[in-house]
Amino acid sequence: MRPAVLFGLWLRQVKRYLRSRARIIGSLGQPLLFLVALGFGLGAVFRRAGQGDYLKFLAPGVMAMSILFTAIFSGVEIIWDRQFGFLKEMLVAPVPRLAIMFGRTLGGATVATVQGLIVFIIALFFGFRPTHLPRLPWALLIMLLISLLFTALGTAIASVVEDFQGFQLIMNLLVMPLFFFSGAIYPLQGLPRALVIITKANPLSYGVDALRTSFGSATEFGMTLDIAVLAGVTLLLLIAGAALFNRIEA
Amino acid sequence: MMADNEPIIEVRNVVKRFGDFAAVNDISFDVPRGEIFAFLGPNGAGKTTTIRMLTTLLRPTSGSIRVAGHDPAHDQEGVRRSIGIVFQDPSLDDELTAWENLELHGVLYGVARTLRRQRIDQLLTLVDLANRRDDLVKQFSGGMKRRLEIARGLLHHPKVLFLDEPTIGLDPQTRNHLWSYVTRLNQDEDVTVFLTTHYMEEADRVARRIAIIDHGKIIAVGSAAELKEQTKTQSLEDAFITLTGSTIREEEASPVDIMRQHARAWRRRR
Repeated sequence: MRPAVLFGLWLRQVKRYLRSRARIIGSLGQPLLFLVALGFGLGAVFRRAGQGDYLKFLAPGVMAMSILFTAIFSGVEIIWDRQFGFLKEMLVAPVPRLAIMFGRTLGGATVATVQGLIVFIIALFFGFRPTHLPRLPWALLIMLLISLLFTALGTAIASVVEDFQGFQLIMNLLVMPLFFFSGAIYPLQGLPRALVIITKANPLSYGVDALRTSFGSATEFGMTLDIAVLAGVTLLLLIAGAALFNRIEA
Repeated sequence: MMADNEPIIEVRNVVKRFGDFAAVNDISFDVPRGEIFAFLGPNGAGKTTTIRMLTTLLRPTSGSIRVAGHDPAHDQEGVRRSIGIVFQDPSLDDELTAWENLELHGVLYGVARTLRRQRIDQLLTLVDLANRRDDLVKQFSGGMKRRLEIARGLLHHPKVLFLDEPTIGLDPQTRNHLWSYVTRLNQDEDVTVFLTTHYMEEADRVARRIAIIDHGKIIAVGSAAELKEQTKTQSLEDAFITLTGSTIREEEASPVDIMRQHARAWRRRR
């Protein structure tokens, strides 16, 4: 696997992101809406329920959401590559498919992490304050892990799904549930049993928890378990994604 | 490694089925090294399916293929290193510039940096895009994209160059340039050329040998002169029509075409 190939494909993803202003602005609108509408809208109720500062609780969840959407979208972009024909150019290149998938995934994950950092900065403007500064570097690592995990998931899905209907289906049946059942917007304590099972099976729950922990909030699952789950699932998805990507015929 | 007198493309009893439909039905042919070989046929005859199998994008249902001494079914990388392709459909990244598309291609094919940059400059001049090198491809016309794709297919100096209807949408001047360049490349660099086209006069002019495929089977192989003689016709076009009949073929929309239609609808909705 030549590093130049990985770098070339990584650079392509990053350039595409930087050039799509509409996408950057559009993808910031949603987190902004969540921070304002939910952050201020539910803040009073949250405080009265004895849970403290809602913005502090919500902000890491919204960062995770932003990363989730960007990462899945980056992975699923292969559908676009297929549609515009560029996928063929990559598939006939004398490069192992694994390298193609890996380079793309790294690029997509970089973009998603940047997106998460931008939401972090926006949240600062709304009054979000990390309370445990020494743990802050962990936040970056966690963002990267979440990004890698969901870019790999997106890639795996796009290797199987070939058209836009399929893409819409993914957004509605997979991405939204991943977000809403992750503890990004509400605490995971005292939930009905069914929800407990679903949220515990959702890898994003561990990402949100780890992110929250690294900003200084109390942890739900423990940082070790969080990172173990994130890293484990990421590895599994990369392997599965590589196998699926390998089977593509153009 | 292959011997010098061994054909550079060897196809034996190749069949490709999609469900019940045999798109390619038991074809065999050889292309000697250094030849310009034209593969002609009406729409849906099996040309593109054959190219896809030769270029490792599709696996044959049965039969065997060797390209530059490698078997596309088992040694895909070996084949891929030896070939260049200009696809029938666009395959550029619209969000990158002309130069960036070529640069990424050079990186993927492992062309060393200095050589790569040098060739990119030459090729951009050749296809008359040097002054547009830093423009995004999405701003290009159809003809400009075509020219860029051709430059890209040549960048790594392949042993075999596949051109799948490369001149569609090009004006006569550009077509002329393209074929002179391909002929020169074939002579100077000993690049074998495998091409498909609907323009019979192009095949007549550049190809040393021509195979005509219809309904997934090869129905005639030979030089343009031989085909004309065989069918007692004056032009290759007449020979082609005599061999394949004059009914118009409808090509079914491929999954990619269907997807493009959805994409257009989807963009409009946004």
